[in-house]
Amino acid sequence: MTVAQKIEEKLRAALNVHELVLDNVSHHHAGHASSPGTGESHFNLRLVSPDFEGKSRIERQKLVYQLLAEELQGPIHALSLKILTPAEA
Amino acid sequence: MTPEMKERLTNEVKDNDVVLYMKGTAMIPMCGFSARAAQVLQAVGVKIHDVNILDSDELRLALKEFSDWPTFPQCYIKGQFIGGSDILMDMYQDGELQKMVAELPKVTPVK
Repeated sequence: MTVAQKIEEKLRAALNVHELVLDNVSHHHAGHASSPGTGESHFNLRLVSPDFEGKSRIERQKLVYQLLAEELQGPIHALSLKILTPAEA
Repeated sequence: MTPEMKERLTNEVKDNDVVLYMKGTAMIPMCGFSARAAQVLQAVGVKIHDVNILDSDELRLALKEFSDWPTFPQCYIKGQFIGGSDILMDMYQDGELQKMVAELPKVTPVK
């Protein structure tokens, strides 16, 4: 399973996902000093779920960070997050 | 985290209006996210107390625990943990960041 598939699977298993757009932007960072060169290290994630209602920006990101803790300690070098409720999307 | 480190961080975020723990410095950022966070703070004209976490593994690891946040940059404003570059950017676009720093002294943005 690719890193992208793992990310998507974990988020969908834990959250009521209305929209999930995961952009692999690793190629933008290929060759950087800190880039692992795996092709699956840098991602932009747009996530829409009613589970984020009533949660602050920090709480939302923490929730996603917790769900992806394993990946963040390993293959993911950078993850840019846009986390919205359906009403905000 | 040692008690000394905890005390250092507690004082640092209390004694400085805007603290940015980042990769590199505001002048010479070493990561795109750190660069963006510094740019957003410069755009609202505040003085940034920038701390290069690449200088110390101990500091880097302590901050993850101190802020309960796994990534960098990490921004504190008036002693309060704000988040990283995504949150700073969102708050800037919503005008929330400008309100939060309204009473803070302003400096000329660094070009």
